[in-house]
Amino acid sequence: MKYENQTLFLDGKLTKFTVPDLLHELSQYKGKKISTIDLSEVSSIDSAGVAFLDELVLNLHKFKPQLANMNEIVESAVSTFTSLSLKKPVPGRKDNFFILIGEGLLRWRDSTRDAIYLIADIFYWSFVGLFNRKGQRQGSIIQQSLIIGVDAVGIIALLSFILGLILALQSAAQLRQFGANIFVADLMAISMVTEMGPILTAIILAGRSGSSIASEIATMKVTEEIDALRMMAINPIRYIVVPKFLAITICIPLLVTMSTLVGILGGLIVAVTYLDLSAVVFFNRVFEILTMRDALIGLGKSFFFAWVIVIIGSYYGFNVKGGAEGVGKVTTQAVVASIFWVIILDALNSLIFYFKT
Amino acid sequence: MIEPIISVKDLVAKYGEQTVLDNVSLDIYPEEITVILGGSGCGKTTLIKNILRLFEPVSGSVKILNKEVTRMDELEFNSILSKIGMLFQNGALLNSLTIFDNVSIPLVQHTKLTPTIIAKMIRVKLKLVNLAKVENLLPSELSGGMKKRAALARAIALDPDILICDEPSAGLDPLTSASLDELILKLKNLLKMTIVIVTHELASIHRIADRIIFLDEGKVLFSGTLQQAKKSVIPEVETFFRVGKFG
Ligand SMILES: Nc1ncnc2c1ncn2[C@@H]1O[C@H](COP(=O)(O)OP(=O)(O)OP(=O)(O)O)[C@@H](O)[C@H]1O
Ligand SMILES: [Mg+2]
Repeated sequence: MKYENQTLFLDGKLTKFTVPDLLHELSQYKGKKISTIDLSEVSSIDSAGVAFLDELVLNLHKFKPQLANMNEIVESAVSTFTSLSLKKPVPGRKDNFFILIGEGLLRWRDSTRDAIYLIADIFYWSFVGLFNRKGQRQGSIIQQSLIIGVDAVGIIALLSFILGLILALQSAAQLRQFGANIFVADLMAISMVTEMGPILTAIILAGRSGSSIASEIATMKVTEEIDALRMMAINPIRYIVVPKFLAITICIPLLVTMSTLVGILGGLIVAVTYLDLSAVVFFNRVFEILTMRDALIGLGKSFFFAWVIVIIGSYYGFNVKGGAEGVGKVTTQAVVASIFWVIILDALNSLIFYFKT
Repeated sequence: MIEPIISVKDLVAKYGEQTVLDNVSLDIYPEEITVILGGSGCGKTTLIKNILRLFEPVSGSVKILNKEVTRMDELEFNSILSKIGMLFQNGALLNSLTIFDNVSIPLVQHTKLTPTIIAKMIRVKLKLVNLAKVENLLPSELSGGMKKRAALARAIALDPDILICDEPSAGLDPLTSASLDELILKLKNLLKMTIVIVTHELASIHRIADRIIFLDEGKVLFSGTLQQAKKSVIPEVETFFRVGKFG
């Protein structure tokens, strides 16, 4: 690099490896008037070199510098890689506070409307699907029941058993102090049947099946499989969601019942080994304290939990935006939202059936 | 005067703020092969998806088989869809099903044929696209070109009246691509299919096209027969037919 007569002479390689040094070297000519940049000695140039020249020209714009003596290769590289002719990106619109609130409300209204349509569709087609298997794949309900229900038996049983043990152990320490050992049966029966069984099952299903429903549908959406189904005159809700909806409706009461029984079994083990109760006494007490009403409310609400999981999973799945990243995002959202709504529904249920003034 | 089988009038399509199709009008005539041309990103796929209601057009009218479809109810539209086969640009096979099951979907859903007949029809269609050996594989186990051919087999499974192909030959070698053209011509002649194809392959256009629709920046630049297109003086069209490139 040389400076002479208002002309900057560049030489040798002008590439991504030499540009950092050139920038450094250039600083010594700062403030000098440069009206020509001579490139006759440049042997090779790449896009980094051209970007360097662009930068140079922009910084010296008051002198209107010209590039001179370019050989053919340099010239074509410059004309290919130059960024000077690119349009400046337009900065995105900045919305004020009220526009943001307004748009948020509109979005909320639209998504509520979409969700209501989806719920109506799912219930309608599931009801129709009970009698008419057209528009579904053969054996898909059984297949889905295996995936949603049977495959979850192990983990639900294990966790229910551990939860039963924990509940019983924690309360046993207290109950023993008062010699109220037998009440561990009450505690296990009521808590497992009305609360722990349904909620534990629902949360595990939300994690297992809610996420898989959302990600399956979202993936089908981004790979245009949903569009392809539409083009074959097949209703995607009927084909994809209904089998899952029916399968989970069949599975949830069975899973909840199992979870409850296994949980109580965990309690029994603590009662027998730690509280000196006999199994017969324990079970007598359990059946004495349980009412049909409790059992039905526990099972009844679990249906709503199951439906919420499928509906939310498919809602997020169908509303995916973008590619692989979008799929991951809606899957997370679906799990969080379905656990949230399961707990809200549970709270509502407690208010309706157990709130006495 | 022959009635068009698909007729689009003043179609406007947008993604958010971006207008992709601006007052597009065109006619597709029965038993002809219409080729839709245009540079990448000019809105060909968007046009097809708007015609088939996969996106809601902002305004304009679309008539298929002489019926306005933009405001048609679901049931009626389904009966029209069962006469249309669509090959998506990326295949859009259902990834959880084997190739055989993929091709079987339209047959199982829309006909009352017995499983043995259906199986025969599927094998014939797979044979037609040179995929006889892969019926039990999953889409993820096929090459890009094979996926596309399997998707074509699914699109023609029901012998539709109208076949729409979004870039059927992209990603295929010249030999397979030529045999695909032959298949398309056969379908037209044997089954009197109306075929709409998006493609950029000049050779293939010369072989099969009856009519050309040339899109540019969301507008119809040219529409007419292949002969008219070859003689066109519109600069973009002229360049394309001379060198097979856009712009
Ligand atoms: N789902 C979408 N959301 C937002 N913009 C989109 C979407 N799909 C396409 N576009 C935009 O619409 C324009 C037209 O896209 P389109 O897919 O119709 O092009 P095309 O003509 O089919 O191109 P190609 O030959 O590459 O397939 C592009 O500018 C693209 O960025
Ligand atoms: Mg396209």
